[in-house]
Amino acid sequence: MKYTRLLLAAAAAAPLALAACGGESDDGPVTLRMTTWSASEDHLAMLNEIADAYIADNPEVEAIEFDPLAFEGYTSTLTTQIAGDNAPDLAWILENSAPDFVSSGALVPLSETLSETEGYEYDDLIPAATELWRQDDELYAYPFSTSPFGVFVNNDLLAEAGQPTAAELIASGEWTWERVVEAGAAVHAATGSDGIVIRDFDYTGWDNLSTLWTGWGASAWSEDGAECGFDDPEMTEALTFMHDAVFAQEAMPGPGTTADFFAGEAAMTVTQISRAGLLAEAPFGWDLVPLPAGPAGEYSVIGQGGLGVLTVAPHPEEAADFLAYMTSPENSAKLAQYFPPPRESQLTAEVLGQANPLLTPEQLQTVVIDRIDAGVVKPSHTGQAQLDQAVRAALDPLWTADADVPAVLAELCTAIDPLLAQ
Amino acid sequence: MTLLRNDTAAPGREQSRPGRRPAWWSARRRDRLAGYLFIAPQLVGMILFVLLPLGLMFWYSFHDWNVLAGGFTFSGTENYERLAQDPALPGVLGATAAFSVGLVALNLSLALVLAILLNQKLRGTIVFRTIFFSPVAVTLVAWTIVWRFLLQDDGGINGLLSTLGVEGPNWLRGETTAMIAVVVVQVLKNVGLNMVLFLAALQGVPKELYEASTIDGANAWIRFRRITMPMISPTILLTSIITVVGSLQVFAQIDVLTSGGPGTSTTVLVYYLYQNAFQFHDFGYGAALSVLLFAIVLVLTVIQWQMRRKWVVHED
Repeated sequence: MKYTRLLLAAAAAAPLALAACGGESDDGPVTLRMTTWSASEDHLAMLNEIADAYIADNPEVEAIEFDPLAFEGYTSTLTTQIAGDNAPDLAWILENSAPDFVSSGALVPLSETLSETEGYEYDDLIPAATELWRQDDELYAYPFSTSPFGVFVNNDLLAEAGQPTAAELIASGEWTWERVVEAGAAVHAATGSDGIVIRDFDYTGWDNLSTLWTGWGASAWSEDGAECGFDDPEMTEALTFMHDAVFAQEAMPGPGTTADFFAGEAAMTVTQISRAGLLAEAPFGWDLVPLPAGPAGEYSVIGQGGLGVLTVAPHPEEAADFLAYMTSPENSAKLAQYFPPPRESQLTAEVLGQANPLLTPEQLQTVVIDRIDAGVVKPSHTGQAQLDQAVRAALDPLWTADADVPAVLAELCTAIDPLLAQ
Repeated sequence: MTLLRNDTAAPGREQSRPGRRPAWWSARRRDRLAGYLFIAPQLVGMILFVLLPLGLMFWYSFHDWNVLAGGFTFSGTENYERLAQDPALPGVLGATAAFSVGLVALNLSLALVLAILLNQKLRGTIVFRTIFFSPVAVTLVAWTIVWRFLLQDDGGINGLLSTLGVEGPNWLRGETTAMIAVVVVQVLKNVGLNMVLFLAALQGVPKELYEASTIDGANAWIRFRRITMPMISPTILLTSIITVVGSLQVFAQIDVLTSGGPGTSTTVLVYYLYQNAFQFHDFGYGAALSVLLFAIVLVLTVIQWQMRRKWVVHED
């Protein structure tokens, strides 16, 4: 009995000793880990299929794990994993983080590996699509998803408000922002539903507004990233137009209100084609058309996702080899089921149509294929996270009915100039 | 008591049976070992998850650590110099102070009022106690997400106000209303905890004191002022320390409700720290901000502790 207490104490402390044991050897075949922001079963099944085929031919890799992280806070989670010495081997990278990842040396250069891979057809990659992911002609990530923004239209709501369909407006040469807002305002007045929603903006995700202001020839900052563009006349005009659309014409939902196009709550929404799946069982007639023309004419904006190998990855060489395999012409065609590829030869209505049975070849041609080459990528800059926060905070005063648009934009530039100069 | 008995008996046993075990393996040492083993899980947890991160926080604050660039270099007091010159910091500290003062004042006063009301011997008080305490058991993020929907411009609160003929503000988009909303949501979440503590304290006040004072002619206010308040003053100290420290750690509510906006009106210190470390990838400066938060919490707690001598009547 005299040792009972000691035994009990030892039992209490035993889990610590067990916890101290463990660890694995680095010898032998490796396991690769790749982070994604998609937890879609279809996406993961396709990725696993590609991975299984790779493992079968490459015994040095015994497993490839796909680790879906929440889209919201994706980059923060990824950088926290890197800081915690738990970096994945490969990672999807959001376009707005591209300059930070590319310029910081966080990614392994890929040009040599890809161009030397047999049958890779490196020259097939569209320069406009890879531009964001290159530095000094070196490619640091593969833009696995290059998707132009378009406008989904609820034809039933437009008809209810006595408005022509988008196709009719395009046919009559009236598919302009001005006419779109007029139609949206009519829908709101007649039905109470919202007119047009710039999806994922929600008065915080301001970079999505580039789908509007590019139509005025405006940009968030100059091409070299050194000068603020928010106080330029084109931007002032574009955001004044939007302010009126929200507060005067009520064609767009105001701050603090929500309207989901895919639930039939709005007549039009600006977003990417990957959302088409949400319309599989839509109880209303719909269409997908290109962005409306602005005062500066027709234009297109593209959103991208990149795939890179981290320099601090446990197995960067094996990871780069797998990346080359996963993005080869054959596998790129598989990825194209869900993500418009950056390969010239695969940007056809036939390839894209396999994955998007809901979209017609004409829709894919006019919204995706015709628009990728001339597409402007959403704004991004080194120190994007800080800029993102600063612009959001400085734009907040704009979203009140009595806002002085030029004054707010001038203030915004004062706030972000020091960040642009860094 | 068992330990003491063993301590006194140990030398005798050792002398009477020499050679059966090494001299150093005394009952006293055995007891000590048992004691250390019992506290080991807690101690190791404390070292691993509190003391070590605290030490590392100070260490990181003297470094320039950019995660993406892979840089980790000693930078001396650079992060602290930046702290002193950060143009955003005064606004952040102002928002933190506004949130803390609002939260502490509203939480403590509401908790005390609820505790006094629910301390009455009336029918249904148990039901009301449960109602007011139940939000404490709800997941914080779930609670906050529901409130975000209620506080939207076209949400439940304004819907309710409109039925009364009142046009409610866009709560989360106005600088003042956003701060009020965040404070109230947090108070409603946690007021039940302080209410229970106050209730327990109120029930511990001897009835004889009230009887004696009533006989002496004291009215309800004087009984509250001269008997209740002094008798529950240790609980007031406890709840105020817990609430002040808790108010400085608010994060999820800000993240879910306002993301620090509109503008930077609800960017409190913890949220600013999170932005710098985890969004701007600047862990060194984030660590320096953590040290500032640590210092503020420490100073406020010490001040409250010292002030107890003036207004805490007893510390039983």
